[in-house]
Amino acid sequence: MSAIRTTGLSKRYGETVAVDDLSVTVESGEVFGMLGPNGAGKSTLIGMLCTLSTPTDGEATVNGYDIRSERDAVRDSIGVVFQEPALDEELTAAENLAFHARMYGLSREERRERIGDLLDLVELADVADDPVGEYSGGMKRRLEIARGLIHEPEVLFLDEPTLGLDAQTRRATWRYIERMNDERGVTVVLTTHYMEEADHLCDRVAIVDDGNVIALDTPTTLKAQQGGDMLELGLEGDVVTLTARLEDTPWVESVTATDAGVQVALAGDRTRVPDVVRLADETGVTITAVEVHRPSLETVFLALTGNTIAEAAAEGKQ
Amino acid sequence: MSLLDPQAVYALWLRDVKRFVRTPSQVAGTLVFPLMFLVFLGTGFSDAALPGIPAGVEYIQYLVPGIVGFTMLFGASFGGATTALIQGSLVFLIAIPLGFRVANPLLLPVVAVVLLLLAVTFVGFGVALASQFSDTQGFGLLIQFIVFPIFFLSGALFPLSELPAVAQYLGRVNPLTYGVDALRGALVGASTYPLALDVLALGVSAAVMVAVGAWLFGRVESV
Repeated sequence: MSAIRTTGLSKRYGETVAVDDLSVTVESGEVFGMLGPNGAGKSTLIGMLCTLSTPTDGEATVNGYDIRSERDAVRDSIGVVFQEPALDEELTAAENLAFHARMYGLSREERRERIGDLLDLVELADVADDPVGEYSGGMKRRLEIARGLIHEPEVLFLDEPTLGLDAQTRRATWRYIERMNDERGVTVVLTTHYMEEADHLCDRVAIVDDGNVIALDTPTTLKAQQGGDMLELGLEGDVVTLTARLEDTPWVESVTATDAGVQVALAGDRTRVPDVVRLADETGVTITAVEVHRPSLETVFLALTGNTIAEAAAEGKQ
Repeated sequence: MSLLDPQAVYALWLRDVKRFVRTPSQVAGTLVFPLMFLVFLGTGFSDAALPGIPAGVEYIQYLVPGIVGFTMLFGASFGGATTALIQGSLVFLIAIPLGFRVANPLLLPVVAVVLLLLAVTFVGFGVALASQFSDTQGFGLLIQFIVFPIFFLSGALFPLSELPAVAQYLGRVNPLTYGVDALRGALVGASTYPLALDVLALGVSAAVMVAVGAWLFGRVESV
């Protein structure tokens, strides 16, 4: 069964279209990422799937339940971690989890067992009895993730799970997300505007811009569609002959002259660098610099929208 | 997950109490306003004879139920029912050394019921208002603009009978009017309306406010 299926889902606020006729399917057990600039409609989509807001148009099911007519069933089967932290700072980690467990009607035994397990999972067992107000940003985020799992949901929504965290804490948070996906088999739907995060964590990535999914595939496939690696060569000598020879080579897509040398678009990946060096040697051209550019999701976004994610976010704000 | 689930209600209550007892500065802060009213008005007007106050009832006797009612209004709109009940009880206790005397201790259970109904009413009121605001600052500001008129139009400080007719009508649809009057009836033995009528009016307002609060809150969309 698909964890999530939307058909023509739309959300409009007056003239503004936040989510535009969206049809996507999220498979059970996958980590599904929505990558896009702020204001692309990612949070609006999550809000609708969590039954916090009502779609203007279209249908969607979460774990087989309709988001309009079966709101309670949807809510019971999902966990959510919002962008804004929503923990009780005066309470301890264990008390925060116990509160949620009681809200979901868990028995005393279930509560004790799951709170212990989850605090171990996010490595907060040592500080379980400290007030959350004393926690760092990363610890709070981990506790929120644990809280999202307390009622053993089938789908966990994470809205920008590492927003505002430093690089090290971000990597640690990725580890926890990966671990609970592996160990619990929970389907994870996350939004992010960090390329690396989508690339590193997600089985499939939907690239979202202006309320539309403009591409949807595995990160590897998305990047492969952008072609091979790009070589930036600094050259001294007979560049014209080298260019001609490179252009005759099957694993070269194109060669473009630059100020310092040439830019070579490879059909393959960077394992072709030694071959390029050999060709240059044979032609008597000296290579003064080599730079390899691998296609990233940023390249994908740029190719699809003509903007970098940062530019798109800046535009969205205007 | 259901609001009528007793375990969920208990969870909310437990959280409310824990948060309250762990923030002593807030406990003190929320009591400052009521205590200032109590001490300054209670001593300043101690010998004053206000029209509309029954003969033989000292002003401090008249004032304490009003300030307890105000504490319930303030505490429950901002916080929770339990914290408001604790605050209201604290004000009541602090009033005793200031000269407040309970006329009939047998009616104390009625006082508890009245406080509970007031708490429920104003929690519903707070939730209804909160549902209309996405930022807490706007909510905080507005509630001050609403809370004080409710307070002054409840007969907490002075009898409504001396106010213009319009204000008197507003006072009659104000739940706090019946709460303060009921507290006076039970604690001091002097009330404008019969105690049963007060309690009935409070029961109705509690039910209405909770229903309105729940309905408005259910319609809230997160953006």
